[in-house]
Amino acid sequence: MGKHIVILGSGTAGTMTANRLRRAYDESELRITVVDQDDSHVYQPGLLFVPFGLAQPHALVRSRPHQLHDGVDYRRARIDRVDLDARTVYFAVGGWIAYDVLVVATGARLLPEETEGLTGPGWGENVLTFYDLPGAVGLHHALERFEGGRVVVDVADMPVKCPVAPLEFAFLADWYFQRRGIRDRVELTYATPLDGAFTKPVAAKALSGLLERKGIELVTEFTLGEVDGKGGRLVSYDEREVPFDLAVVVPLHGGAEYVERSPGLGDELGFVPVDPHTLQLPDRPEVFAIGDAAGLSASKAGSVAHFEGEVLVRNIGRFLAGQPLDGSFDGHANCFVETGFHRALLIDFNYDTEPLPGHFPGPVGLPLMKESHAAHLGKLAFEWLYWHSLLPGRELPGIGSAMPERGKIHLPA
Amino acid sequence: MPTATYDGTLVPVDDEGFFTEPERWTEPMGEQIAKELGIDTLTDRHWTVIRFMREQYAAKGTGPTVRVLGKTSGVSVKELYQLFPKGPAKTAAKIAGIPKPRGCI
Repeated sequence: MGKHIVILGSGTAGTMTANRLRRAYDESELRITVVDQDDSHVYQPGLLFVPFGLAQPHALVRSRPHQLHDGVDYRRARIDRVDLDARTVYFAVGGWIAYDVLVVATGARLLPEETEGLTGPGWGENVLTFYDLPGAVGLHHALERFEGGRVVVDVADMPVKCPVAPLEFAFLADWYFQRRGIRDRVELTYATPLDGAFTKPVAAKALSGLLERKGIELVTEFTLGEVDGKGGRLVSYDEREVPFDLAVVVPLHGGAEYVERSPGLGDELGFVPVDPHTLQLPDRPEVFAIGDAAGLSASKAGSVAHFEGEVLVRNIGRFLAGQPLDGSFDGHANCFVETGFHRALLIDFNYDTEPLPGHFPGPVGLPLMKESHAAHLGKLAFEWLYWHSLLPGRELPGIGSAMPERGKIHLPA
Repeated sequence: MPTATYDGTLVPVDDEGFFTEPERWTEPMGEQIAKELGIDTLTDRHWTVIRFMREQYAAKGTGPTVRVLGKTSGVSVKELYQLFPKGPAKTAAKIAGIPKPRGCI
């Protein structure tokens, strides 16, 4: 009997990892078990489109086990904790599973209750989030009812899943209200804890320019301290106020709850502090984390999970063979930023290189940092690719884990 | 690479004035930086945060965010903003002589 790999979580990262491993190893060499607590795999990039009626909620959800290849065991259970010394995962309603290698892929969790007043009066009515399916549906109805006033899009604090999604929401809101013919009656504000529209200078400059062109006010270094739903005010910790009629808030994020109950597994926010290049937990060579669950200064985005996956599978293979790890993840992330009016722009970056203009994946390809209809079509096509190519663990030809340098134009910030 | 003079010593800093070589920092330098940032007196509570920032940087290679500070430094986020009104993570990092905390992207 071969070694047993247990993968906690069957979202984007966990599913891809299980399928990639299953493709790489025979069942006699490796037993793979995936654990998750429900059966709903949500295509998270689609959540952005639900509020604007551009995606149907039910079309975004598929069965988790159905995304896993034959020969991968699926266990539906709530995780109580991981005992790293005993190499055992304990379930909430009894039962346990032992592992030779553990992959933590349980993503990030929304923590709206951690911000004063956020889940108080107005929550679900004039204070909403589109970061989960019920919230996105609620926001769709709220937008349909909205006839004018102040709309604020606010990121409570970092890190959050897909840091460009709130910006995309603001761009799409501009498009949506124009299409409804009421844009002149709507004030749009984008509030962020960062000191610019994005952390990296060249991209921040480009994206701030877009906000300005679309008449969206930018409020920076705004760390959300309190939400007053009744009074229609967002209050930052340094006591600045942003008034609203409709607040679209991205709540604080943390790792999965069981991580906090597992001594030695998580950091203060419940993310797993793995090595940024090997994805291995220091002092626990048999434990890896991937995707949003990993406590890395990389973007929490599906593309990052995809690029990490290539390195992770190689590292697991070398670990099982008793060889030193050589797979080196560079922090590569790649996002289509929807800007409304059937256009999008593509950004590509890593730990060390900020998003730069040029083309992707090489000198000939999609334009980077520049709005185009092609990038919008790329974003739409991505959903098919997600279910039929990325989740099954196939590699995309010409697009590897390492960030491509060819095609990029280095500009001073 | 820009430089700054604190406590009579020339030190390299980045474009925004954050130390790039934290080992060159001394407590009197911290006091001088604080004054330049409008904090006249550093109290024990300030020093609790400043020392915590340096420890975290030494352990993790980056200063903590406000939220992590609030959870782990023993000083609440509200108090952090009272101590360092213009953004605790960045201000405290600057006074503590460590590089600018890497915001997650």
